[in-house]
Parts: sequence; structure tokens; C-alpha cells
Amino acid sequence: MAHDAVAGAALDRTTKLESALTALDPRTRIVMAFAFAVVVVSLQTLAALTLALVLAVLTAWQARLPWRSTRKTLLTMDGFVLAMLVMLPFTTPGPTIATIGPLTMSSSGLHLATTIALKANAIVLMLLALVGSLEPALLGHALRRLGVPMALVQLLFFTVRYIEVLGTEYLRLRTAMRARAFKAACSLHTLRTFGYLVGMLVVRASERAERVLQAMRCRGFNGTFPVLLEPALRRHDGVAGVMAVALLASLVLVERTIV
Amino acid sequence: MHIVDGALAGEVVIGGAVLAVGGLAVGLRSLDLDRIPATGLLAATFFVASLIHVPVGPSSVHLIMNGLAGLVLGWAAFPALFVGLLLQAIFFGFGGVTVLGVNTVAIALPAVVVGILCRAPIRRSSPTVAAVWGAVAGGGAIAGTALLVAVALALSGEAFVPAAKLVLVAHIPIMIIEAIVCAAAVMLLRRVKPELLGMAPAPASGTAHA
Repeated sequence: MAHDAVAGAALDRTTKLESALTALDPRTRIVMAFAFAVVVVSLQTLAALTLALVLAVLTAWQARLPWRSTRKTLLTMDGFVLAMLVMLPFTTPGPTIATIGPLTMSSSGLHLATTIALKANAIVLMLLALVGSLEPALLGHALRRLGVPMALVQLLFFTVRYIEVLGTEYLRLRTAMRARAFKAACSLHTLRTFGYLVGMLVVRASERAERVLQAMRCRGFNGTFPVLLEPALRRHDGVAGVMAVALLASLVLVERTIV
Repeated sequence: MHIVDGALAGEVVIGGAVLAVGGLAVGLRSLDLDRIPATGLLAATFFVASLIHVPVGPSSVHLIMNGLAGLVLGWAAFPALFVGLLLQAIFFGFGGVTVLGVNTVAIALPAVVVGILCRAPIRRSSPTVAAVWGAVAGGGAIAGTALLVAVALALSGEAFVPAAKLVLVAHIPIMIIEAIVCAAAVMLLRRVKPELLGMAPAPASGTAHA
């Protein structure tokens, strides 16, 4: 089952290929992705939003995102979001453009649904391209240097580190269940078994945590993770920053001028 | 479920972010150096638990288990569930950037609330009654999440009100599923490792089986 694939493997897919983007400081990439999201959310015109999506696609291409899995990610949007996008044209008051049975489709509703779809896809694509291709450890240190509290960054480190370990543990328990002929169905038995499964995962995780803490104490852990390679902001971070500001400004300009 | 970028009104997005920062601040205060590894491992556990799919008719839903997270972690569930959502957004593209605050509040706030309300009765009562409280925690957390998502949508404009109602209806089966799963998990924790629920440790027959 595809859903059972261990998530940690996906967290590990760092882009090995060298590209112009991988040379940037992680902080630059996080800030750029965030700024892009804030600007794009505020856009309303289809022209500006289409341009934003084009920018995101170009960045994803630059970051050498794996095309196939990225397309799958974007297409497997939440069923609910899809339902909402289908509903919106009919639930928004405005000039009617089509009538299907008792339902009337309004142009303003269609416009709203289209803008949401464009915004959501552009922002997610840009995030995957700029931040999703970072190694989790680099991401954590960059967040720390952007002012995120140390406790939160350490929590992130531990979570990232153990998702794969606990994912393997989970698959082992699932194998044991399969060996006893368990098959998931929509039944009370399935739900109770899943409850025991989650409970057992929690127990094993907390017992592992005790051992981890003891081992870290033995090695003199004092609450900080030393960094060997401190990335510094360099000239191309400045160049990329200026380019990003110019591109975001042109998005706003398109928004203002084209009606 | 995750709300995506671009759907909510600016005021709702900002309100969600402010609430999320507040919740994170309170949650982080309860995290000292000794509790960070355990909280991180449990955050990873709940991330993995959300990969478990329950078949429902021709489709399936994934577990959320925020109720159990609240029971086990208390206020620390806020940063733990936030980290999970952050990783999902960054590496899987679920949810979005600007809505991260709203999504965090929708998942973590009900978790903390049911954790505070249901932990004491679970600790005190007989195993059967404790399982009922576990169901209340599991189902109640999902009800809270559905309600917060619906409110966020409804506050964002007239056009979203039907979608908000759809959210409430769609979460009823999920609520039932999570209630039963959480009840079973609470029963197991009480027997195998009661100290996770703040109770006295189990007699030393060990946790090797199961």
C-alpha cells in the first residue's frame, strides 16, 4: 500500500544535483518562500496569479524537483478542498453565467474558486522548490538563525530524526498483524486493533525516548547542537534577494495595471 | 484535513497565526531539556499514526489522533502537532504557508483542551469508564477541529458557509472512528504504561508482549 511507505524516506530526498538554488543560504530560501506566499495570497487578478504560478513552476524546474512525484503531490489535494472549489461557483452571490438544474453558477464564484486553486498551487510549489529540497538539519539550523526558539528547533530535530525509525517500527507491527491475518476493514475490530497499534507505538516511542535521553546525557548533551558548517550569507544571496524583490514587485505591478 | 493557502480572509489568517504563536509559547514553556526528546519522539509517533488509513466504503480516511496527543502530552501537544504540520507542509505540500497558524490552532487547541479535561477522569476511574473518557477525548478533539475549521471558513465570507457546513457533516464519521481508536489506545496505555497518562507505573510484568 502506497500510504504505508515510510515517510522518513521522503524527508531524506535531498536534491543531490547542484543548481543555482542549492548554492543559496537556507535562510534566503525560507524568507523568499515566505515572502512569495504573503504576496501571492494578497493577489486577486487572474493575470498576476497566472504569472505567480509560472514563477513557481520555473523555480521548481530550477530546483530540479522530481517532476512525477511533485505532480502527484499537487494533484492529490484534499478531497475537501476539491469539494469546496466545486461548490464555490454555486454558493457565491453574483451575476449568473450558467444554470444546472436548481443550481446557478455565478461568475464571481467561478473567479473565486479559480484564484484559490492558483494561489494554493503556486505557493505549495514554491515552498517545495525552495524549502522542501533542503536537508532537514539545514532547515532546523536556518530556522534557529532566523529567530525560532531553540526548544522548537530541537523538537523539530528529534521529530525528523525519529519519523523514519518509528515508521520502521510501525511497518514491523503491521507485518506482525498481517502474519496474524489482520485485514483492515470498516469494522469495530479494525478500529480497536488500530487503537492498540497506536497505543503500542506511543509506548515504544516513550521507552526509546528514555534510552535516547540517557545516551545523550552520557555524551554530555547540554542542550545545544554544535554546527560544523555555518553557512554565511554571500553575494549571490544578495543577488537572489534583489531578484526576488523585483519579481514580487512586478507581480504587484501586474495586479495593479491589468484589470 | 488541511486548509490551503488563498481560501481564508486575511483577518482569519492573521488571527490564526497570533493564536498559534501564543499556544506555541505556552507549550514550549513546559518543555525543558529532559522533555524535548520524549516530546520529539511522540511528535514523530503522531506523524506516523497519521499515515494509518481506515477504509470507509470505497475510500479511506487517515487517523489524526490529536485527542490522544493531548492526553499524553498536555500543552506540549501544541508544539508537537505544529512540528508535524510544518513538516507535512514543507516536504509533502499538504496545507500551506500562510494558513499554517490556522491549521495548527484547529488541530492543537482541541488536543490541549481535551487533554486537560479528560486526563483526570481517565486516571481516576475503572478501566471501562476510562475507555469511555478516552472515546470522549478522541471524538471531542475531532469535533473541536471540525468546529474551528468551519468557523475559520464561515468567518471568511458568505460563500464559504455551505463549505463550513460540509466540514461539520464530513467529520461525523471521522469523529466516531477516532473516538473508538482513542478509547482502545487509552485502554492499552493504562495497562502497559500508565505513567504516560500520569498514573502510577504498572506492576513489573513488563511490556515485552503486544
